[in-house]
Amino acid sequence: MDLQNYSHASTSQGAGLTTSVFEPWNDPEAKPLIHFQNVTKRYGEFTAIDNLTIDIYEREFYALLGPSGCGKTTLMRMLAGFETPTEGKIFLAGQDIAPVPPNKRAVNMMFQSYALFPHLSVWENIAFGLKREKMPKHDIGDRVEAMLKLTRLEKFARRKPHQISGGQRQRVALARSLAKHPKLLLLDEPLGALDKKLRQDTQFELMDIQEKTGTTFVIVTHDQEEAMTVASRVAVMDHGKIIQVATPDRIYENPNSVYVADFIGDVNLIEGSAKPNGKDAYALSWHEGHEPLTVKSPNVFSDGQKCHLAIRPEKVSISAEKPAEADNAVQGRILDIAYLGNISTYHVELPTGTVIKAQTANTRRIARRAYTWEDTVWLSWTATAGVLLAE
Amino acid sequence: MNRMSWFNAVSLTLGFAFLYIPMVILVIFSFNESKLVTVWAGFSTKWYGELLQNDAFLNAAWVTLKVAVFSSTMATVLGTIAAYVLVRGGRFMGRTLFSGMIYAPLVMPEVITGLSLLLLFIGIGLDRGVLTIVLAHTTFSMCYVSVVVSSRLVSFDRSLEEAALDLGCSPAEAFRLVTLPIIAPAVISGWLLAFTLSLDDLVIASFTSGPAATTLPIKIFSAVRLGVSPEINALSTIMISIVTVGVITASLVTKHHVARQKREEQAAVRA
Repeated sequence: MDLQNYSHASTSQGAGLTTSVFEPWNDPEAKPLIHFQNVTKRYGEFTAIDNLTIDIYEREFYALLGPSGCGKTTLMRMLAGFETPTEGKIFLAGQDIAPVPPNKRAVNMMFQSYALFPHLSVWENIAFGLKREKMPKHDIGDRVEAMLKLTRLEKFARRKPHQISGGQRQRVALARSLAKHPKLLLLDEPLGALDKKLRQDTQFELMDIQEKTGTTFVIVTHDQEEAMTVASRVAVMDHGKIIQVATPDRIYENPNSVYVADFIGDVNLIEGSAKPNGKDAYALSWHEGHEPLTVKSPNVFSDGQKCHLAIRPEKVSISAEKPAEADNAVQGRILDIAYLGNISTYHVELPTGTVIKAQTANTRRIARRAYTWEDTVWLSWTATAGVLLAE
Repeated sequence: MNRMSWFNAVSLTLGFAFLYIPMVILVIFSFNESKLVTVWAGFSTKWYGELLQNDAFLNAAWVTLKVAVFSSTMATVLGTIAAYVLVRGGRFMGRTLFSGMIYAPLVMPEVITGLSLLLLFIGIGLDRGVLTIVLAHTTFSMCYVSVVVSSRLVSFDRSLEEAALDLGCSPAEAFRLVTLPIIAPAVISGWLLAFTLSLDDLVIASFTSGPAATTLPIKIFSAVRLGVSPEINALSTIMISIVTVGVITASLVTKHHVARQKREEQAAVRA
C-alpha cells in the first residue's frame, strides 16, 4: 500500500474544493496560520515546553496528543494568551502575539469544564462574546440563531446551563466559542466529560462543524483514538517536546520512535541488531539460535546497530501449520486469548520468553477455531509489515 | 421514621430550654400590665404603645439602622475586594502575612479594637458621632465579609473568568459580568452578616459613639442600668420577631431555590 497517497486528509477534510488533497504541510509555498518559533516555557525549575517549533496551517484540524503533564495544555494556553512563553515567539497569521492580551486575540477556546456562565441562558452564553464586540443587536440575534442551528440547540435557547444535559452543554460551549468567527479555535479535552457512545458521535459532529465553518481547530487530548478520528495531523508530545507530527495513518504505520509506536495503539517490540541486506532491507538478529528476521525499512541502520522492530498485532498472522511462503515465521505457544467478539488477541510466548500479540478478525465461529490455549502455533508477517526503529 | 429515644428527647428538651427560656420570659413580660418586671398583673400591649411615643428610643433605632446599612455596605465592598485580591492575586510578596492580618480582627478582643479606634479618632480630631461608628463598624465587620466571600471564591471555577477574557472582556468587565453575579449569594450573605454584627454591637459602639449619636444597644444597656422597664422588653420582643422573620424567610427562599435547581437538573438528565 502506498502510504503517501493514502491520505486521511483527502477523505475527511474536504476543505479545499480546488485541490483534491488537503495537505498544506507538504506545500513549500503555504504560509502557516500559527508558527511556534523555538518556544520554551518554564515554571521555576520545571520546563513545561522545551524549545518547540511547529507550524499549523489554516483549516487544519490539529491534535496535540500526549500523556498528562507533557505540556500540551500549556501549549494551548499560550495560544489563548493565558500563558506567555519564557523564550521564543508565537506568530498568528504572521503577527507576533506575545503582547496581545487574551481578550484582543482572534482566538477562542472551548474549555474542558465548558466554563458556561451559570447565571446566563444558553442564548446569552452564545451572545456573550458578540456583545463585547459591540455588534448591533439585530446581527447578534442572527448570529446566535445560526449558531444554535449549527449545534442543534434551538429548543434549549432559553434554558440555563444546569437545565440541560452534558452533551448539550458541550454543544453550547462549542457554539459560544465559534460565535465570534475566530481564526483559530482551541479545544481543551472537549469530549472528556462525555460517555463513550456520545463521545464517538460527537467526534463526527466536531469534524462536520469544522468542515462547515472552515475554522482552524487545535484540539488537546490524551485519547489517541479521538486524535486519530478527528485530526488531519497529530502531534505526539512528551516532556515538553514534539516527538512526531504526521497524519494519523503515518503516525500509526510509520512511527518515528519507540515512544510514538508504543503510545499510539498496541505494538510488539522485538529488540535486535541490524545487518544491511540489499536496498532498504535488513536482517535482524533477535535471538541466538533463531533465524534472523527479514525487514524492509526506509530508516538507515549500520551493521550491528541495536534497533527495535515495531509491529502491530493485527499485522501478525497466526496459524496452526507453518505458512508455506512467509518472510518471517516463528513458533510459539498460546498463553492467553482476549476475545472481544469481533476480534481476538492472542498472546503467544516464543521459546525465548518474548510474548508477541497477534490479532485476528473472528470471521469464523469460535467453535471452529483450530487452536486454543497452550497450543503450539506459528506467527508470521511480511518484511514490510513492521518498522525498524532506532533506540 | 425512627421513634426518638428517651435519652434524645430529654437532651433535646433540655438544650432548647436552655436556649429559649430567657427569651420566652422576656417576650411574656413584654405583655405585662404591671410596671414591675417580675410581677405578672395581666395581659396588656400598652408598653408597645408607649415605646412608639419614646423619642429617645426611636432616635437610637434610627441611628442604629443608618449605621448598620452604611457600615455593612462599605464593609461588603472592601471585604469583597480584599477577598478577591487574596484569592486571585497570585503569589505576591507578603501574601500569607496579608491573609493572616485580614483574619486577625476576628479573634481580637472587641475592647481593644474599640479602644484603638477611639484613640485614632481623638488623634486625628474626628468628632465622635454617626460617622465614627460607621467607620468603626466597617473596620471590624469587613473581615467577616472577606472570610465569607473568599470561601466562595476558592471554590469558584477559574476557567469561567478565563472564558470571559477569551470572549473579549477586559479583566474589569469579566469581574462585573461573570465573577460578581456568580459570587453574589456570598456577597449578600456577607452583607447580612455585617448588618447583624453592626446592629447588635455594644462594645465598639460605646467607645466610638458621642453624645450626638447613640445606638439602640447602648440605649438599652444604659436604660437597664437604671432598672429594667417593660418598655425595653417590648423593644426586645420587636427585635426578636424581626430577626426571626428574617431568618425564616431566608431559609425558606434558599430551600425553595435548591429544590427547584435539583428538579431542573433531574429534568435535564431525563431529557
